Amino acid sequence: MTGAILFANPANEGTFWFPPQASTGAEAVDFAYNFIYWVSVVSFVVVVSLMCFFALRYRRRARGELPPERTASHNTVLEVGWSIPVALTGGILFYLGAVSFLDSRSPPSDAYEISVKAMKWAWSFTYPNGHTSPNLHAPSGRPVRLVMSSDDILHSLYIPAFRLKQDVVPGRYTEVWFEATEPGEYQIFCTEYCGTKHSEMLAKAVIQTPEAFTRWLDEASNILDRLPPDEAGKQIFSARGCVACHSVDGRAGVGPSLLGIFGKTQKFVDGTTTVADENYIRSSILNPASQVVEGFNPVMPSFQGSLKDKEIDAIIAYIKTLK
Amino acid sequence: MTATTMPMDTSEPTYLTQARGALSWLLTLDHKRIGIMYLVVTSASLFLGGVFALLVRTELLTPGETIMTHDTYNRMFTLHGAVMVFLFIIPAIPAAIGNFVLPLMLGVKDVAFPRLNLASFYVWVLGALVLVASMYMSAIDTGWTFYAPYSTSKAVGSATSVGTSAMGAFILGFSSIFTAINFIATINKMRPLGMSWFKMPLFLWALYATAIIQVLATPVLAITLLLLAIERAFGLGIFNPALGGDPVLFQHFFWFYSHPAVYIMILPAMGIISEVVSVFSRKHIFGYKFIALSSLAIAFLGFLVWGHHMFVSGQSPLMSIIFSALTFTVSVPSAIKVFNWLATMYKGSIWLATPMIYALAFIFLFAIGGLTGMFLGTLNVDVHLHDTYFVVAHFHYVMVGGTLMALLSGLYYWWPKFFGRMYSEAGARVGAVLVFIGFNGTFFPQFILGSRGMPRRYYAYLPQYQGLHMLSTVGAFILGIGLATAFGVLVYAAFRGRRAPANPWGANTIEWQTASPPPSYNFHDQPEAGDPYDFEGWVYDAGTDGYVKKPAVVA
Ligand code: HEC
Ligand SMILES: [Cu+2]
Ligand SMILES: [Cu+2]
Repeated sequence: MTGAILFANPANEGTFWFPPQASTGAEAVDFAYNFIYWVSVVSFVVVVSLMCFFALRYRRRARGELPPERTASHNTVLEVGWSIPVALTGGILFYLGAVSFLDSRSPPSDAYEISVKAMKWAWSFTYPNGHTSPNLHAPSGRPVRLVMSSDDILHSLYIPAFRLKQDVVPGRYTEVWFEATEPGEYQIFCTEYCGTKHSEMLAKAVIQTPEAFTRWLDEASNILDRLPPDEAGKQIFSARGCVACHSVDGRAGVGPSLLGIFGKTQKFVDGTTTVADENYIRSSILNPASQVVEGFNPVMPSFQGSLKDKEIDAIIAYIKTLK
Repeated sequence: MTATTMPMDTSEPTYLTQARGALSWLLTLDHKRIGIMYLVVTSASLFLGGVFALLVRTELLTPGETIMTHDTYNRMFTLHGAVMVFLFIIPAIPAAIGNFVLPLMLGVKDVAFPRLNLASFYVWVLGALVLVASMYMSAIDTGWTFYAPYSTSKAVGSATSVGTSAMGAFILGFSSIFTAINFIATINKMRPLGMSWFKMPLFLWALYATAIIQVLATPVLAITLLLLAIERAFGLGIFNPALGGDPVLFQHFFWFYSHPAVYIMILPAMGIISEVVSVFSRKHIFGYKFIALSSLAIAFLGFLVWGHHMFVSGQSPLMSIIFSALTFTVSVPSAIKVFNWLATMYKGSIWLATPMIYALAFIFLFAIGGLTGMFLGTLNVDVHLHDTYFVVAHFHYVMVGGTLMALLSGLYYWWPKFFGRMYSEAGARVGAVLVFIGFNGTFFPQFILGSRGMPRRYYAYLPQYQGLHMLSTVGAFILGIGLATAFGVLVYAAFRGRRAPANPWGANTIEWQTASPPPSYNFHDQPEAGDPYDFEGWVYDAGTDGYVKKPAVVA
């Protein structure tokens, strides 16, 4: 494999150092980055060349050799003097960083608001009309404010193309905003370590033109009306992050696979059993800790209040089809 | 002057031959033996942490599963971090080299409290065993930062797991405080005649500043861990929001200790570099007072910047701004040191023996570590880089490129004093070159990964990052081979090396005025201290391949 392949960033993934630049705030970040980069390169080259030059030029030739002449062992003017550019650079960087940081933390008042929920190990994004999706859909050219909360532990929303990151903290709301410049699909990562599947807590930011976004939202919002219940259930199942813990192919993950569970007798950690009917599935979703399936930990969050009855009906219809 | 020029008197027992048998080591009160014991256990920790690191790097060779599962990976990087930080980097230089060298540099027989010194060693061993055993047995996978509420939620491991590991760190903290108190008392009370504060070797200034941080910061770690334990034991809401606590508070507590801890790790390293650069340039250290005071300045400022780990944690933007401003103040004393080292080399007589090679590697790598710190101190850039591989690369450049290089520099420098034997210069250079190449190969690609958005602590990653990850893994193995070579050369030298003269480098700090290795009581007579960086009193003696005091001119 050649060096070029190892080092190059695929063309659609940005430049050598950066991911693509797709928000209004990204430019200021890259500007500051590049500024520091060149300050660093110059400082580094100066320090290391002096070091190498001295090491070669003043190399000791015989073991007993002393320096040819005595040079000063201190010089206050010089020593105070060379701290000044360091302090000045620090001042400039602080200013550059703080201005654009404050900007990124002060959403414009007319921003479109999307609420973000993080849970082990999925994201869900809820729009003003109540619709929820597993990927972040947003219009381009319009400020979008994200109001974020977590159901369990710390997570962090990171969209490299927007140079945006904010921890999501249980027990409080955190907020951040962006204005996307280019329609496209951008990667979302979780960057606060959150256990087993931290590295799979991924999503996409799907940026569309405002018209396309509105169309998408209208269509996506009424799947319960548009689709038969089991198909709608399938979509909700993935949209609400159930897939992060439950497979539908028989392989156990963090939670049991839901393949063929409907109608089967389930055993619980406290030794009791129940036949998995509609009521059982409903209570598993709303009150998961009440009956914990044998061999698993009680880590499933409750969906009480966040899934509507009709959505639960659809999920049940979907689970029935898993045979 | 008998002590100073005494040739190797084979009839006189050294601290190594004074008493024999395991018990004479295990129960010793001799600071030199305790230093060697610390060296053994911290090197073992480095080896253990290194094995975890190689396992982690091997797993990251491919985007999906390579050799282990998610959960195993998460445990491996947690073990790697905890072992390296708590058991290796924090204690290595002060407890191992510091213990051996500090009393010798002061020309005294031992530290102020020899029994406390031995106690701190055993407390350390106990803490290390508790930490590693509990982390292993209860499968801790929280990362070495133990962030709440993941670390306090009951679903992790068994009900007490994080509690016992925290207990391990808690015990280690006591060991650290004991050693620090001992060093402070020794330096305050036992400096020899003629050694005023500003005649002290810079390594002692560094150890002194470090000890102050240890005494002031470590209790905060203890309090944090205690609160964590109380929360788990009694369900009292402190950090866990489910109980009404605040997880961001945990981060404040944690970094209030752990940021100063970064300086516990790097200050002693800088002290070593100041000694080595001056001795191997055979020139008075440039700007002595600025270097000495910059150690204190760093120790002080180090307490005011912890919030720069938390720019995106949810702390208020105003706080982030204040912390960013304070962070840049640390760059001044750090830069001062680098400039002073360069100025020391200017018009010196530079001898590129292995300690100096590591010192130059230190300056090279620490410059990168420090400069990349500016990216992270700058608020908006940090938002992009926080918790990515850029941060991983940055702190490895500081911790490994800084502390580990300085440790190796110091070990090669004082090895003749430790064991009375010289190492093989050729073998040592091969090791140094491998370490340097391997280190840069491992960590430089990580800067690029991080800039491109690769988050840290990821078991699986997107395919576009694979090339750089592979490079990094190859580098890690070269680094591993380099370190094995470097340590192999030292161990071989300790047993088989050529006999070392009392002062192989022509240094003027007091430890070089006694035999190599020193007798148990260190010095025949209380030596007098002069300017530690005035080398003109020593001349090269081809017979012993060392330096001897210039015969006094009789008027
Ligand atoms: C964080 C992981 C996680 C998420 C997300 C999650 N679950 Fe679960 N789920 C579990 C675990 C673990 C169990 C088994 C323990 C228990 O019963 O509480 C479980 C149990 C169940 C059961 C009972 C299974 C059986 O074999 O009896 C059902 C049904 C279920 N979940 C449905 C869902 C649905 C629907 C969603 C999405 C709305 C969901 N889960 C989201 C982890 C999760
Ligand atoms: Cu997460
Ligand atoms: Cu995560």
